[in-house]
Amino acid sequence: MPRGRFLGLLALFLGPAVAVYTLFSIYPLIATMALSTYTTDNSGAYHFLGVANFGTLLLDPDWSVHFWNAAKNNLIFFIVHMLVQNPIGIALAGLLSLPGLKLKGLYRTIIFLPTMLSVVIVGFAWNLILSPLWGVAEGALKAVGLGSWFAPWLGLPSTALVTLALISVWQFVGIPLMLIYAALLNIPDELVDAARVDGLGQFRIFLHIKLPLVLPTIGLVSVLTFVGNFNAFDLIYSVKGALAGPNFASDILGTYFYRTFFGNQLQLGNPTMGATVATVMFFIILVGVCLYLFIVQRRLRRYTF
Amino acid sequence: MFNQRAQVVGVHIILIAYSALAVGPILLVVMNSFKARNAIFGAPLAPPTAATFSLIGYAKVFNASHIGTYFMNSLIVTLISMGLVLLFGAMAAWALTEYKFRGSTALALFLSIGIMVPIRLGSVAILTMMRKAGLNDTLTALILVYIAQGLPLSIFILSEFVQQIPKDLRDAARCDGVPETRIFFEVVAPLLRPAIATVAVFTIVPIWNDLWFPLILTSSDSTHTITLGVQQFLGQYITDWNSVLAALSMAILPVVAIYVIFSRQLISGLTAGAVK
Repeated sequence: MPRGRFLGLLALFLGPAVAVYTLFSIYPLIATMALSTYTTDNSGAYHFLGVANFGTLLLDPDWSVHFWNAAKNNLIFFIVHMLVQNPIGIALAGLLSLPGLKLKGLYRTIIFLPTMLSVVIVGFAWNLILSPLWGVAEGALKAVGLGSWFAPWLGLPSTALVTLALISVWQFVGIPLMLIYAALLNIPDELVDAARVDGLGQFRIFLHIKLPLVLPTIGLVSVLTFVGNFNAFDLIYSVKGALAGPNFASDILGTYFYRTFFGNQLQLGNPTMGATVATVMFFIILVGVCLYLFIVQRRLRRYTF
Repeated sequence: MFNQRAQVVGVHIILIAYSALAVGPILLVVMNSFKARNAIFGAPLAPPTAATFSLIGYAKVFNASHIGTYFMNSLIVTLISMGLVLLFGAMAAWALTEYKFRGSTALALFLSIGIMVPIRLGSVAILTMMRKAGLNDTLTALILVYIAQGLPLSIFILSEFVQQIPKDLRDAARCDGVPETRIFFEVVAPLLRPAIATVAVFTIVPIWNDLWFPLILTSSDSTHTITLGVQQFLGQYITDWNSVLAALSMAILPVVAIYVIFSRQLISGLTAGAVK
């Protein structure tokens, strides 16, 4: 094929995708990072500041108190997902992949259902269920004799964040479940059969043979959880509003970014500081993804088949 | 053996219990949306009966909000974005896997950045751009952003499917002198049909459910999507339980209906090993 026509073909096939993606995804990311090195004055003119905005964000108490609070809360949010969502996902995937299990299609469909719903809907639904006004959660606890355990969890500073994290876990457990389930199905039958002939029970087969083989998928699930959590916003915003109450107890980086960028009852919106927060979030996510790519995946390669 | 039997029963008990936990809250909301106020508070766990049945919440939602407009907006944005993600994604996936050229690996790598890096982080610049282009508060702005958001993963998944198409097929067509564009649209594209379900899931669900970009890019009722519209309605009517439950149910039911119809394709797509 002549070179000119070949280039024309490439432009035709790749052009639209590359153009839209570059213009509306990559360029805004770079432009946001560039904007984080500027500040605006009252007339709207931009002044180059270098990395001063980052110093303000991380060290100036006006900004840093809320920033570090949001970062800490985000870490807790992530840890709850790692400790609750992923083990439950792994356990359910293990049960669903048991040979000869009946109704597995039905269970899969039902357990994955919440993942399909909007975070806004899930947040509000749980808001109602946990509300002391309606008393459904309280009634359910009373029915099993634990009525005294009930508290307005979403409203208390000490429990709001973990409660929101658990709501998010409830919704997204379907993702680790599906990815790990798929990985479990891909394990060659010979490996499992050999263990069964040796007299190993299902539980020990799972623990000693299947689980090590799906470690790369667990690594992938972990990094997806990390990226999703450090970019989360919708749930906190729809349940607790932009101020992430009570008293910023449920504030995470996504809500902090939104408030900084758009403003709220307490402060005016600030695009350059908003860009600074977004850039810091970008680097946090970048570090997480790089750790996954360079450490976790390399180490786990040894176990793949 | 008794022991094995007990194990199977135990596994089912765990799975049934978890299924109840997953679907219970959704059922509770939908069930109570069909009840009168007294019954919602009096007996939340009881299904609606002839005596307690009421559609007052739904009537209020229809009267007090532009739910029809929101729904249409979401439908338009989701379908157009999905169509273009599939078209552009399939074309790019084909060119990247089929044609060898300098920089093809680098380009594939460049296109995959968006799989891991959320486009949301560029929001400040996206809003500035859209304002400058006069696209602020339009559905077009949402569609452009969602195409950019959906492309990386769809190109990645579609490339795996393109690789599975037998080489003989396109070589035979080439020997017959069929032009490349026709090979793609008439030979390759139809063979990619099974991939569409998978790509559609990964594209439609995040777009339909997105709150962030409608919140940032749209400001009037005529451009709100269902997720943002319902969120704002709920915020306003939070004390009116009939309306809140009805609005939640109206957002839940279409998604559940589509999910139940397509769940087989959807789950087989998810577990097909396309995403490794």
